Amino acid sequence: MTETLQQLPPVGPTEPGEPPRIGPDPARWRRVRIGSGMLRNLLRPSNLIVLVCVLLVAYFVLVPLLYLLYGTFYDGRTITFRFFEEAYSAVGLTEMWRNTLMYAIGSTVLSVTIGTTLAYLTVRTDIPFKGLIFATALIPLVVPGILNTIAWIFLLSPRIGIINSWLEPIFGAGAINIYSIGGMIFVEGLGSTPLVFLLMYAAFRSMDPALEESALMSGASLWRTVRTVTLPLVRPALYTCALIMLVSGLESFEVPALLGIPVNEWVLTSRIWEALGHFPPRTGEAGAIATTLLVIAAAGVLWQSRLQRKSRAFQTVSGKGFRPRPMELGKAKPFVLTGLLLYFAIAVVLPLLTLIYASLQPYYQVPSRASLSALTLDNYRDLVSDGPSVNAIVNSFSLSLTAATCVMFLVAVVAWVVIRTNLFGRNILDSLTFLPLMIPGLVLGVSLLYVYLRFPLPIYATWWILLIAYFTKSIPIGMRYASASMYQIGGELEESANTSGATWWQTFRWVTLPLLFPGLLGGWIYLVVGLIRELSASLLLYSPGNEVISVRIWEMWSDGSFTEIAAFGMVMVGVLMVLVLIARKLGANIGVGLK
Amino acid sequence: MSTQVTVKDGRLAVEGLVKTFKSSKGEAEDVVRAVDDVSLSVEPGRLLTLLGPSGCGKTTTLRCVAGLEHPNQGEIAVGERVLFSSSKGVRLPANQRGLGMVFQSYAIWPHMNVRKNVSFPLRARRGKDRLSRKEITERADRALAVVQLDHLATRPATDLSGGQQQRLALARALVMQPPLLLLDEPLSNLDAKLREDMRFELKRLQRDLGVTTVYVTHDQVEALAMSDVIAVMSNGKVEQMGRPTDIYNNPRSRFVADFVGTTNLIAGEVESREGDRYVVTTPQGRLAARSPGDLATGAQVIVSVRPEHIQVAEGEASTSAPGVWNGTIANRAFLGDAVDHLVSVGDFTVRTRCNPSIRFSRDSAVHLTFPSEHCSLLPA
Ligand SMILES: Nc1ncnc2c1ncn2[C@@H]1O[C@H](COP(=O)(O)OP(=O)(O)O)[C@@H](O)[C@H]1O
Ligand SMILES: [Mg+2]
Repeated sequence: MTETLQQLPPVGPTEPGEPPRIGPDPARWRRVRIGSGMLRNLLRPSNLIVLVCVLLVAYFVLVPLLYLLYGTFYDGRTITFRFFEEAYSAVGLTEMWRNTLMYAIGSTVLSVTIGTTLAYLTVRTDIPFKGLIFATALIPLVVPGILNTIAWIFLLSPRIGIINSWLEPIFGAGAINIYSIGGMIFVEGLGSTPLVFLLMYAAFRSMDPALEESALMSGASLWRTVRTVTLPLVRPALYTCALIMLVSGLESFEVPALLGIPVNEWVLTSRIWEALGHFPPRTGEAGAIATTLLVIAAAGVLWQSRLQRKSRAFQTVSGKGFRPRPMELGKAKPFVLTGLLLYFAIAVVLPLLTLIYASLQPYYQVPSRASLSALTLDNYRDLVSDGPSVNAIVNSFSLSLTAATCVMFLVAVVAWVVIRTNLFGRNILDSLTFLPLMIPGLVLGVSLLYVYLRFPLPIYATWWILLIAYFTKSIPIGMRYASASMYQIGGELEESANTSGATWWQTFRWVTLPLLFPGLLGGWIYLVVGLIRELSASLLLYSPGNEVISVRIWEMWSDGSFTEIAAFGMVMVGVLMVLVLIARKLGANIGVGLK
Repeated sequence: MSTQVTVKDGRLAVEGLVKTFKSSKGEAEDVVRAVDDVSLSVEPGRLLTLLGPSGCGKTTTLRCVAGLEHPNQGEIAVGERVLFSSSKGVRLPANQRGLGMVFQSYAIWPHMNVRKNVSFPLRARRGKDRLSRKEITERADRALAVVQLDHLATRPATDLSGGQQQRLALARALVMQPPLLLLDEPLSNLDAKLREDMRFELKRLQRDLGVTTVYVTHDQVEALAMSDVIAVMSNGKVEQMGRPTDIYNNPRSRFVADFVGTTNLIAGEVESREGDRYVVTTPQGRLAARSPGDLATGAQVIVSVRPEHIQVAEGEASTSAPGVWNGTIANRAFLGDAVDHLVSVGDFTVRTRCNPSIRFSRDSAVHLTFPSEHCSLLPA
């Protein structure tokens, strides 16, 4: 399994750099042997670093999982299935399952369709404004899910929705209801499109364009080529992508909480949330549902890695450094372009404009001549003096920057161990780093609560417990980035340092880390952005004074401070965009790649 | 070229080297004997080439010497220094062996400039071996000058062309003044013309510096042109070791004859023997050949004759002495500096090579003369 895991395409905004040139007899990835000679010197600093990193991964990944199982199957006296009975005897169970499946599958179909189309257009056709399309498609990535959901409530709520108010003269009041399974699918689907776009972008880039061109030469039309050559070739990537989306749909919390709970449409995650909302919290019951979710997610991930193993023969990645000739859209170009504009208008511009508009209002109202002439910056001004909001920003940044930086260093070492050594247990280590991907945020929150309620050190209800959650959540994605870039740098680059007389630590510091840097930076950006958006785990783990941005938005939403949310959200989106730009710029300057 | 970079000379001795890999394919514990009881020795200042087809274990042998692979058995020593010995339990890590190595991919670090790349081995020194910054720069620049890259010292390494990267890798391997230089197919990434130039350049540098060198290649022309000694490898074993002319003129096995240069291999049976002169009967006719070995009459043998040693003349032969065959021209290929004729003798085809001024038209009758001193007898 571990090998297939490494085949996962890197998830994120950097493109893999050009691999170093390799001769006709491509160098195998040679493994450094850490034999008995090195184990004898276990206390050497280099081995200590490796050991500490391995222990850290094991601790962060395994402890919460084991505690979750313990708390779910043990009620203090005996091993029991009591909590499962309680969780699954609740009324409306069939409905919840139906909702969960419809929601996860529906949003997957939507995001995979749109994301793949966008990626194909940008990579392989002669559509104009590619840079702009790329940037626009990624903007939603910096908008937190909760903010996006709120924007759509502003637009499509039956009572206060802007679009509904425009449609009212024709279709009557509340024509489109966002508070429904359909609405949830729509919002979640659009929200996860950028991730599909990124994954499929990488897949299309690595496809040998000659395969498509030879189909064209054989007389096939563009559409026929796409159907009979392109799609079958990227099918492995497409399946991977669909499964990732399916699992993330199952795990998503913001949309079902905001759009489902008010109208009694329950899914698995909102049921966990509900079980924890009682006093005293029914943690056993939440654990039982969480375990179910974990099992489903794990099954999905395992199935996906099996698929990927089977499809190994399919891999088409070849010819490096080619300049593919784009496919000509011809007469279809104006229509495709119109469709694209329409998508961006709906998915990106409309929600952002709505938030900007709302942030400039003294209280929330549907836009009118009167409201547009009463624009005010008061919300932004209030924000600066709003202690909890400022505090939330500080917390969010300190937490996500710390977690992302530490995790990237950790996974760089771990990826080195997994890929370059034949240390005993390295495959288990690799699988361990993958596990948290199957743990939904709420479940992680529940399990960390279990652990640190009983933990001797004062971590429960502090900044530290959030850091631990963020840390754990970041390991899988960080590891994908680190191992993808580790595979890119030839083993000979390290070996030649070794034969030059450099020690392990010199080689790691002077050769491995700098070469990994662009890949690590890509992972770092992705983690920072992802952690700042994180809501579900934070919501269970925060304590007063330790709110983070997404939790603060959640609180403000409960308080009904709609316009303040909008202002707060805009500031955050702006900051994240600047952060991403700076980081990418830095990456471009430091980034390396052999010609 | 001055020998400003002086090199400690070292004699390489490899004894009974064995390296196995677990086969990655299949569940069964399959073991690949990548290097199978290899022994080599290289005199100080000489260049030894490991020659053989892809997958025969050349790289693995080299990596064992470098310390990048852990051999199962054997002994490796440079000069007086034992680098590896399974019997004495010695295994020096690669970073303490102090050998220079040029990798097939060059392994130029893309995040360092030219000088940084070259000075890396000097900067990596620790403890009392540390050098001052000034000395590091000086020595790096000297090494760069040797490969004529000194004017590019501050360029990013990725700006260099293929040939320059190759020379940079060489400078980096030489900067520590290693007793032994290891080169793994260093020319295989260059285009044909540049490869020829670099072949001579490399040989000249090696001789000027007097550094003992192990050179890995699968290109027999390269091996013949550059080496003092060639070790022809096949399936992890050394088939034959000797001077280039020995290997070419007196191959000791069918594999060596076939792999080094082009040759005609004709199967037959020993008819009679007189000292080291043999007469061999083949289905096509009789041949006179020489062999230092001891072969009984009736033994199955293979006669190896190089195309350029066979004389072609017009018309049918007037004698029926051994080593003269009649045939017809089946095909002709003009090679520029030579012309190859394929001659049908019965249903056997003999390849001959002669001066381009000699041309026979297709289907014309010719006779071939095989000089006995160029017919080598090999065990079948
Ligand atoms: N790291 C390795 N793992 C498994 N098999 C290997 C490894 N390195 C080399 N081999 C095997 O050992 C044999 C010799 O390889 P190599 O020394 O690279 O050949 P050459 O350099 O002569 O082309 C091949 O059969 C190859 O498949
Ligand atoms: Mg090789």
